[in-house]
Formats: sequence, structure tokens, C-alpha cells
Amino acid sequence: MTDASRTPRGPRLPLPPLPLFLLDPILRRVARKVAAENPDLFDRLGEHRHSWFLIDPVNLPFMLYLRPDPDALDFRAVPKGATPPHAARIAGRFLRLLSLMEGDEDGDALFFSRDLTVTGDTEAIVCLRNALDDVERPVAETVADMFGPPGRIALRALREAAARERQQAEAQP
Amino acid sequence: MTRPELICPAGTPAALRAAVDAGADAVYCGFQNATNARNFVGLNFTPQEMAKSIAYSHERGAKVLVTLNTFPPAGKLALWYGAVDLCAELGADAIIVADIATADYAHRAHPGLRIHLSVQAAASSPEAIAWYVREFGVRRVVLPRIMTVGEIAGLVADIPCEVETFIFGNHGLMVEGRCSLTTYATGQSTNMDGACSPAACVAYDREPDGSLATRLSGFTIDRFGPGDTAGYPTICKGRYLAPCREDGYYAFEEPVSLNASAMLGELIAAGVHAFKIEGRQRSKAYVKKVVAAFRAAVDAIAEGREPELADLVALTEGQKQTEGALKTKRWR
Repeated sequence: MTDASRTPRGPRLPLPPLPLFLLDPILRRVARKVAAENPDLFDRLGEHRHSWFLIDPVNLPFMLYLRPDPDALDFRAVPKGATPPHAARIAGRFLRLLSLMEGDEDGDALFFSRDLTVTGDTEAIVCLRNALDDVERPVAETVADMFGPPGRIALRALREAAARERQQAEAQP
Repeated sequence: MTRPELICPAGTPAALRAAVDAGADAVYCGFQNATNARNFVGLNFTPQEMAKSIAYSHERGAKVLVTLNTFPPAGKLALWYGAVDLCAELGADAIIVADIATADYAHRAHPGLRIHLSVQAAASSPEAIAWYVREFGVRRVVLPRIMTVGEIAGLVADIPCEVETFIFGNHGLMVEGRCSLTTYATGQSTNMDGACSPAACVAYDREPDGSLATRLSGFTIDRFGPGDTAGYPTICKGRYLAPCREDGYYAFEEPVSLNASAMLGELIAAGVHAFKIEGRQRSKAYVKKVVAAFRAAVDAIAEGREPELADLVALTEGQKQTEGALKTKRWR
């Protein structure tokens, strides 16, 4: 779990200003697809399926706001600085969060190295982590497939970048 | 040279498959209730998942050992007895038990079901172990993490069952199965409810000075500066202020993981039958990396080659590792 003051190890990615409302339909479609492919995920979440999670990729210009409730599924982007009501917040660099989702990185190890910050309802976060970790096919792969060959090319590039970032982090004393 | 079994952790079916695919000889895992000493939210197996996981493992030549390693409260044995029956019905290769009533029931009701004595039973003397073997037909004992290799070698020669030792993961040095430290703070029993520092009782708070405070049921148990590595939110790994010390210090244990990878040859020579990797609360990424590393190391030693030891420090608690009591009783 990282102190947020230490987490960002560099400038934010140079993305152009993004009208977030354009992202929301895509994010909702992604959430519906992942939910449809992984119905067991909600059993592991138990009562925390009703919780709102704020996911903060600290080097991106927006955050993600998720309620993993199969009956009221919601996934959208919110601007930095916004603090919509949430049970728990998880923060880390985008590529480390992606590696976590991919099952390439261990959440406890990111906690020990302080590359991940969690605040709020710890049980909700642990539950979400455990539920996602039991998903066999990486969520990012499901998302990439939704966008066909360009999605898969983008995922390959992101995975390579994530692997480089992991290697750099592990090489640090 | 005997090649010890590699016993690997799984908190989810996906982690179990990762362990089997990475070369585990056996995987240990538990149900989603208080029979299991890793009774954490979102973790563990339903009976249906256990059945599928046993089938997956057996198809690939791996065993499944089910952890029923907690202590039933007085008069509430039904949950534990039911779990024993379920393990027999599902074809588990062994159950890992700590409680004598559970062991006694399994021995009488399912004489063909193999019983391993959990580390939670804290049995480390030849007399204690021989008693469990005689009374309940225990086939293997998991030794507490407080013994040197020399002591283990002496014990192996004196007891009528197999020996399993931890080689990686949590470095718990309390008298296992007896530790009630977090129970005083949380009101939940580590040994009967199966949850040491349950996540619902844990909070991480940013302090005004920028540090991060770890609290368990409102008690501050550690505070990390921006550059500090962190450990688990358990009282035994907490840092405390005391009149005899200038700064906070680790009064019980430091956040550090056991890593006996450089001692595998000595442990094999001591007659250890099985090596255990701790970490059912960890991710499948951890399982995959640690199991693969130890699979390669054990195979290399068994084939007379020098093992190439993978660097696992990034996965250790507090990013620190020790050979602990296996090396010396004076590890701190």
C-alpha cells in the first residue's frame, strides 16, 4: 500500500484533455461484458457487490468509479479531484494496476512495496481483489477482444510497457 | 535422494490451477467457513469448487489437502465433522487438522482418510507427535517454524510419521494455534473463527505528516513513512512505543518472510518429506512465481545439480527475508 505522495514516480501520461462522458458508454459496455463472462465473480464479492469503488490510476487524468452489482452494474470515469461517495479507494500507477488485473502482479507485494494505496473499507477492497484474482481469463483480454485487432494490439503494447515497469521496479534497491 | 513433495497454497480455484500448472505435488486449500484458518472474505472454496479442483488436480497427478485447521468452540463440532465428511466424499487426499476432536472423528468415521497434523497443533516433541500418531493415525506432521535443521533431523529419526516443514512465506513464530494477540483487539478468534486481523477490522489512514497509519479495530499498530516498506496488519508485526526505546520498535516480530531456498539441500538431508509454501491469502501471481521457483530448485537438487535460486524478495513481507529458526534460534 503506497503513500500517495510516493506513488507517482514520474509525470502523468501526456494525454489530451478527454471529455469523460465519451468514455462512460464504453466503460459500461466493458463492465457488462466482464460480468456476463464471469458470473461467479459476484458470489465472491458477497455483500460488497453493492459497494462503490474508486480506482485511481495516479498517472492518468481521470479515475474510475465502479459498482460491481449485477443488478445495478455501473462503471464510469470521474475527474481527478472528484470524490463521489465510495466505500473504498485504490490508487497506483496505471500499468501496475493493469498488471494486478492481469494476474501478473501480487496485490500484497504491491502493498509491501507501497506501490498501491488503499483507503476506506479494507474488507471491500480485499474482497474485490480476491474476486478478480479468481477470474481465469484476464479482464483486460476480454476488453481488448471487444475492440478487435486494434484492441489486441493495444493490449500487447500495454503488457510490454507493464512488464518493463515491473522490471524497473524490481531492479530498484 | 528422496525428492520431497512440494505443498503449495491456494485461496481460490484459479490459484489452485496456477499451483498445479506450475508443478505443485499437492495443493492445500479450505472451505469458506470457520473450519479454515484463512477464513477471509472473497477467499476459499465452495463444496462444488472443491470437487472441481480435486478433479483438476487428480487429472494432472497432483493431490489436494484440505485444511480443517481451526479449533471448534465447545459444543459446536457439527461444522467440523460435516467438513470431514465432505472431504471424504469429495475424495480429498488428506485433511490437515489441529483439533483432537476433529482428528478423532475423522479417524473413527473415515479410517481411510489420511490425516496430517497442522502446524496449528504446535506439536514439536517426539512424545507429542507419537501420541497423535498412536491415537488418531496421523500420517504427517507439519512442524512449527521454531526448529533448527539439526533439531528437525533429530526429530525425524524419533517419530513414526512423515515430516513437513515450511520453506517460504509468513514467518509466524508465536506458539501456533495458541496466539490470541489480534483476538484482544478484534473480538474474533484467530484459532476458532479462522481470521487473524480480519480485513473488516483493518484501516489505513493518511496522517497529517504524510505517513500512513495502520489501525486494527482502532488501535494504531504501525506507521509508515513515505519511503518505508510495509508489512501485514497483525499485532505481532506491529511497531510500538515503549519507555525503554526512543522510537517505535517491533516488539514481537519484524515484517519479514521465511525463505529457506538456500537450505533445501540441508532439509532434504535431514529427512524432510514435504516442503510447504505459505500464502493462501496471496494472489495467483504469487502462487505461480513461488511454486515455479521452488519446483525448479527441488528438482535440481534431487537430480544432483546446483539449484538456481530465483529472487523472490519482491514477494516477501516488508521486502525482507530470513532463514529464521531453521538457520539459528538467534535470527533477531
